[in-house]
Amino acid sequence: MQAAEHDAVFTSAEEQEKWLADAMALVQHHAFYMHRALDANNIRDVLKFSAQMLSELRTSKLSPQKYYELYMRTFDELRQLEVFFREEGKRGRLNADIYELVQHAGNILPRLYLLCTVGSVYIKSKEAPAKDVLKDLVEMSRGVQHPIRGLFLRSYLSQISRDKLPDIGSPYEGEGGSVMDAVEFVLQNFTEMNKLWVRMQHQGLVRDKEKREKERSELRDLVGKNLHVLSQLEGVDLEMYREVVLPRVLEQVVNCKDELAQYYLMDCIIQVFPDDFHLQTLETLLGACPQLQPTVDIKTVMSQLMERLSKYVAASPDVLQEFLQVEAFSKFSHSVVEVIDAQPDMPLVGAVSLHVSLLTFVLRVHADRLDYIDQVLGACVKKLEGKGKVKDSKATKQLVALLSAPLEKYKDVVVVLKLSNYARVMEHLDYETNKVMTVVLIQSILSNSTMISAPDKVDALFELLKELIQDSEGQPLLDMVDEEDFQEEQNLVARLVHMLVNDDPEQMFLILTTARKHFVQGGPRRLQYTLPPLIFTALKLVHSLQAQDLPEEGEGSGSVSLKKVFQFLHQMVEALAMVPAAELSLRLYLQCAEAAGDCGLEPVAYEFFTQAFVLYEEEVSDSKAQVTALQLIIGTLQRTRVFGVENRDTLTHKATGYSAKLLKKPDQCRAVYICSHLFWVEDGGTIDGERVLLCLKRALRIAHAAQQMSSATRGTSGPMTLFVEILNKYLYHFEKGNPQVTSSVIQGLLELIVTDMQSEATTHDLEVDAFLASTVRYIQFQKQKGDSIAEQYASIEVQ
Amino acid sequence: MVLVLALGDLHIPHRAADLPAKFKSMLVPGKIQHILSPGNLCIKEVHDYLKSLCGDVHITRGEYDDDSRYPETKQLTIGAFKLGICHGHQVIPWGDLESLAMLQRQLDVDILITGHTHQFKAYKHEGGVIINPGSATGAYSSITYDINPSFVLMDIDGLRVVVYVYELIDGEVKVDKIDFKKAQGSS
Repeated sequence: MQAAEHDAVFTSAEEQEKWLADAMALVQHHAFYMHRALDANNIRDVLKFSAQMLSELRTSKLSPQKYYELYMRTFDELRQLEVFFREEGKRGRLNADIYELVQHAGNILPRLYLLCTVGSVYIKSKEAPAKDVLKDLVEMSRGVQHPIRGLFLRSYLSQISRDKLPDIGSPYEGEGGSVMDAVEFVLQNFTEMNKLWVRMQHQGLVRDKEKREKERSELRDLVGKNLHVLSQLEGVDLEMYREVVLPRVLEQVVNCKDELAQYYLMDCIIQVFPDDFHLQTLETLLGACPQLQPTVDIKTVMSQLMERLSKYVAASPDVLQEFLQVEAFSKFSHSVVEVIDAQPDMPLVGAVSLHVSLLTFVLRVHADRLDYIDQVLGACVKKLEGKGKVKDSKATKQLVALLSAPLEKYKDVVVVLKLSNYARVMEHLDYETNKVMTVVLIQSILSNSTMISAPDKVDALFELLKELIQDSEGQPLLDMVDEEDFQEEQNLVARLVHMLVNDDPEQMFLILTTARKHFVQGGPRRLQYTLPPLIFTALKLVHSLQAQDLPEEGEGSGSVSLKKVFQFLHQMVEALAMVPAAELSLRLYLQCAEAAGDCGLEPVAYEFFTQAFVLYEEEVSDSKAQVTALQLIIGTLQRTRVFGVENRDTLTHKATGYSAKLLKKPDQCRAVYICSHLFWVEDGGTIDGERVLLCLKRALRIAHAAQQMSSATRGTSGPMTLFVEILNKYLYHFEKGNPQVTSSVIQGLLELIVTDMQSEATTHDLEVDAFLASTVRYIQFQKQKGDSIAEQYASIEVQ
Repeated sequence: MVLVLALGDLHIPHRAADLPAKFKSMLVPGKIQHILSPGNLCIKEVHDYLKSLCGDVHITRGEYDDDSRYPETKQLTIGAFKLGICHGHQVIPWGDLESLAMLQRQLDVDILITGHTHQFKAYKHEGGVIINPGSATGAYSSITYDINPSFVLMDIDGLRVVVYVYELIDGEVKVDKIDFKKAQGSS
């Protein structure tokens, strides 16, 4: 037995190199003499020198890595020795005798190496049953209790015995034993090796713990090799594995209570044995998990197992039957709960990660089972119960992974909406993360072009997106919110509206009202982003109702009708106006007015126009905004044919009034001449040549007034732009056949312009010149047209 | 050969979520030299997207555009052609070709790009060509029902411009082309 040595602290790399070098030199030295004895067939000397050589392996100074090098050197020599023993056998010496002889070696370590070497030959010769020799060797090896020395010795035993195990179909079966003996041998070796390996952890000073663990890591494959051997045995079938191998291995794994060993060995078992074995012993294997040390990263172990099994079913889909038969999912989900319960100190991130792994498994193996997925989410919700918003960022990350996985798998939010626990998991996210998740959801819908057509799904979706659509408790203060970010988010919600589509008007209207229900809770800041898309969607609904030619009032009280949609529209635009968002609301009132006009709903159209005008009068005060608003008012009014004379007159009167009251003269002038079109609407509209002329004349007056103002203040009367524009409008109405617009009127205006442009008082402007030139070209072109147009233009003379 | 993309009236996000996927996959950066848009994009994201396709982007103001700094009209020269852009809500009656021709005379351009009606038009008159690329997203319009998404690509080569109009009809992209030639020596 070795003297107990304080040897666990290995010193610097330099010293290690030196010691190794010394030891190697000595091995070399003894080997030389051993070889001489080999050549001389001098067994006594062979044994003497080989024992001396093997004594170098008795060292305590070397680190595992260096010891390994020494071991390998010696190993090579032992191969020669083995050959020699075989030769001896041929020369008539009994292996039993050699076996006896080597036991005279003084120290136990060399003695055992020699025994193993002889044992190898002994078994091969079949002089004794394999099982007996193996049993002897594995038990005698107990004599070496030093962790590193013992591990390498047993590793040697394992190596040389590998091809001599009495497996099924091997030459050593029968007399030499059965596969049961082989299994027993390997299991015993494994158990002892693990004990030695674990013992390394407890040697030496506490402060060197990390270093020790690193060194242990380097040796782990020596222990794991045994499992590999077991997996390669032909005779280890499912039954043998289930009844003998797995229980014994797990017993050792659990009882050793060592974190490093447990983690490594569990992983080893999973990697080394076939997948269908795992499937059939799932309960046993998973049963060990809660019994492991709390510090073992059980999540990774279980993930590995689930990963392997996922790949298994992906490679051979018919195995799925087996999965269902053994209730793999059920066992996994129970195991997850058990592991979490067994470790009350497990941090939240660990628990959630386990659920993420389980979910990944389900998505890969049972993708069609939404109930399984919901179950996993439910289990997670249960774990989160009472915890409110999760604050730990790692756990939050895992929750996001949990929520994103089904999205990425199915690429269809509608599927995700079917998971009743999804919303509950989201509730546990802190404000920021929840918002991130809502954005992920919307972007998934947009990028996959997912259409959502069921009103109840729309409802469920907006529930999920709550944090984005409404104010909530956890949100930051108003001045802390980045305006651009806010706009981007709300614009996303706006885009989302266009993905809510149903061809059935009834359902579509229901979708609109559902969306409104959620949006109105968003407060004024959000409405300007969220209501317009709703409004336009409702306008599209109007179009499709028109196409279906439904009666004005729906058939029943619940059914959708044009009236109902316009009421909806009115409420929406009104809500928008109150935000306040005057210019936007004005535009939308006009859109609604036009739509109502197209449906023949005169009072509704009138009401919308009225609201637009009220907004114009009361809320639009910026000059530029007024110009555009007026263009839109006049443009819309010009197209609307639903009005009777009275209503039309009122509205056009107002419009022309606004035009004349614009601040800047040029704006006034233009608005007024545009109004001329209000009085010439073909195809069933108003045709009033006089009013047209009145507008044009008024525009001219304003243009003159502008000239005078300019002369008075700047000394020149300004460019003739407005006049040329008005001329073009005269030509337009002339061509339409307005009797009030005669060729002499045009001729007069033309000459006026030409004269004024040559005058010094006028500001010379190249653009106006070009405009006039192209107008004249146009007139000349018209004169040459070979139809009634030419006749009209005949009397107009141009240079 | 100079490629000029004309597209407008996208109305994102009020009336549409995004450009149709089939259009997006066709519009690849680096192939187009100029982009002309009559307006109504409406948000900055769309402007940025256009800029990513081509560095030279010209936009005029539509009545729903967020950015009020876009001009009412714009004029530029590409090769032998003078082009003008104007959204068109300012020109009444909306969509009226004679009134638009008046604007074209005023801007003194060979090609006028305009929008607002969401309906594709390519109209040649004495003073030049008026092109309305329609709505690139097929957005709702009170003026035109049943809109197919469309945009225009102009290939300007010397005195000739070939106008390709791309329309998305029942999920398929259909292309049509129209040839215009500018008279030699015209200003």
